[in-house]
Amino acid sequence: MAFLRCHDVHKDYLVGTETVRALDGVSVAIDRGEFVSVMGPSGSGKSTFMNLVGCLDRPNSGSIELDGERVSDLTSDSLASVRNQKIGFVFQQFNLLGRTSALDNVALPLLYAGVDRGERTTRADEALARVGLADRAQHVPAQLSGGQQQRVAIARALVNSPDMLLADEPTGALDTATGQEIMRLFQALNEAGLTVIVVTHEAEVADYARRILRFRDGLITSDTLDEVRNVAV
Amino acid sequence: MSLFELVRVSFDALRVNLLRSVLTMLGIVIGVAAVIAMVTVGAGAQAEVDRQIEALGSNVLMIRSGSRWFGGARTAAGSAQSLTVEDTRALKAEIPEIAAAASANRGSGQVVVGNMNWSTTIYGIDADYMIARNWELAQGREFEPAEFRNGAKVALLGNTVVEELFGAGNVVGQAIRIKNVPFTVVGALKAKGQSFGPWDQDDTVMVPFKTAEGRLLGKSTHRTGSVRDIYVSVGDADAMDLVELDITEVLRQRHRIGPGEQDTFSIRNMTEMVEARVEARQIFNMLLAAVASVSLVVGGIGIMNIMLVSVTERTREIGLRMAVGAKERDIMLQFLVEAVTLCLLGGLIGIVVALTITVGVAEIAGWPVLVQWPIVIIAIAFSAAIGIFFGFYPARKAAAKDPIEALRSE
Repeated sequence: MAFLRCHDVHKDYLVGTETVRALDGVSVAIDRGEFVSVMGPSGSGKSTFMNLVGCLDRPNSGSIELDGERVSDLTSDSLASVRNQKIGFVFQQFNLLGRTSALDNVALPLLYAGVDRGERTTRADEALARVGLADRAQHVPAQLSGGQQQRVAIARALVNSPDMLLADEPTGALDTATGQEIMRLFQALNEAGLTVIVVTHEAEVADYARRILRFRDGLITSDTLDEVRNVAV
Repeated sequence: MSLFELVRVSFDALRVNLLRSVLTMLGIVIGVAAVIAMVTVGAGAQAEVDRQIEALGSNVLMIRSGSRWFGGARTAAGSAQSLTVEDTRALKAEIPEIAAAASANRGSGQVVVGNMNWSTTIYGIDADYMIARNWELAQGREFEPAEFRNGAKVALLGNTVVEELFGAGNVVGQAIRIKNVPFTVVGALKAKGQSFGPWDQDDTVMVPFKTAEGRLLGKSTHRTGSVRDIYVSVGDADAMDLVELDITEVLRQRHRIGPGEQDTFSIRNMTEMVEARVEARQIFNMLLAAVASVSLVVGGIGIMNIMLVSVTERTREIGLRMAVGAKERDIMLQFLVEAVTLCLLGGLIGIVVALTITVGVAEIAGWPVLVQWPIVIIAIAFSAAIGIFFGFYPARKAAAKDPIEALRSE
């Protein structure tokens, strides 16, 4: 049974007075432990797809199941819980809280999970150690390099032990070498069993994944499984 | 998320924009401080006035010769028949509600002890005076009936006179000269404190009525038995108006004033006089408090304004918090708690400022500090209410944000 299952998902947006069809009947299934890249030109619907899969939004029609639970018609409060418990987000712009220590940034999801303070610190420390930043816990984002900031963001995504990591252009704000480091980190996390979905428009980035979904005009136009993993670079 | 966590998060947010937070609070600080200071200073003034009324003697009516109270041409000598000691006795005998009726004459004179001297007000009093005016002894004894009868050269000293002439200590038995006449001090009066502004009630020397008449205040200005003031104390405060009418009737009859003719005396209710002043002051205080509460509302609007700015500025933060699992309620509470924290902090600072002002004013004016704790509690509750009221709209705006849009915003 697939971990993530989308069936005939439609999503329209109202831009001004015009309705824009962002997704036009997308069906896809992703298993637990997969590493998937989502590619496509801007306006292809890949971001909408990510938002829906990430439970930030609901489709107009069709169904999305996550871990056997139909999330496509949950209330916004229930969606918040699903995001909190099952999904870790990584953004292009890191989205760390300024003037807040790396530790507190990482612990943020735990705050909303109702975890008490002592355990928050322990688990945030562990998450920082997993991304190799155990010694930067008290640094604020401004004191960290871009790569380090993205690692803090990844630690934040991992802290609640999610089932799935969703990364939206995670290397977009980083130089090539740092971007590769981040992608290798994703790879390692995936090898440890985590489901990873990365949205990107860079082929090199997409190559880290074993499966590539290509979007165009609100539809998945190709779904390729890369048997020979590219471990070079 | 627990309330404690929310407060901690809001403190962090307020600390990030420290100057802005402080300036935002200022409106609430000033409003709360002004309201509490007004009420507390007002209460202190009221207490002081109560003490003054107490010092004047409770339920005292003052009857004075002449048709006008404060000077004027109508009091020309001979045109008005003076009050007499017989009037005093008649009032006491004929009106049962009168607890004490005292005759008193008054003049100024020099008191000398050794090489010290002091100008003071000399009262010639009768036996009822101490009761009617609420005087108490600090040391010694009151005048004895024989001393009243014989016009003995004995004196009671007010507290100010004791301090000026003797400093402190026992004054009973001391020899003094009043207007060059030797007297023996038989007692000293307990201090009453200032009353009616600069008039020091304790700056006084009392001698028996007959003594004053004969030796001190002179016969030239007073016929024997004539009285300048009659003080009447009434047992029941509710009977004051009735007693005032009775006194008028008795005195008009005794002075043979025909119908339609004007009174040759006037009656003043001293408590009423003070109370009228209190009322005026209270109205003034309430006005000031009303103005101050306007500043609270303005302060609240300032908080709403800043919270709206803050919500707009932190749109991305809101989006992120939502993405990692914050429910709408969490976001709403976060901003609401932030607004309430601002207001409560402002309120607390305002209370500290108000108490400082109150203590300062009380120190200068010599009033007691009477902190009105109910008002302090109301002020705190009101600040919190302002926070909730003016924080609600911005908080709801924050909570209603779409996480996707919020994350995308700059």
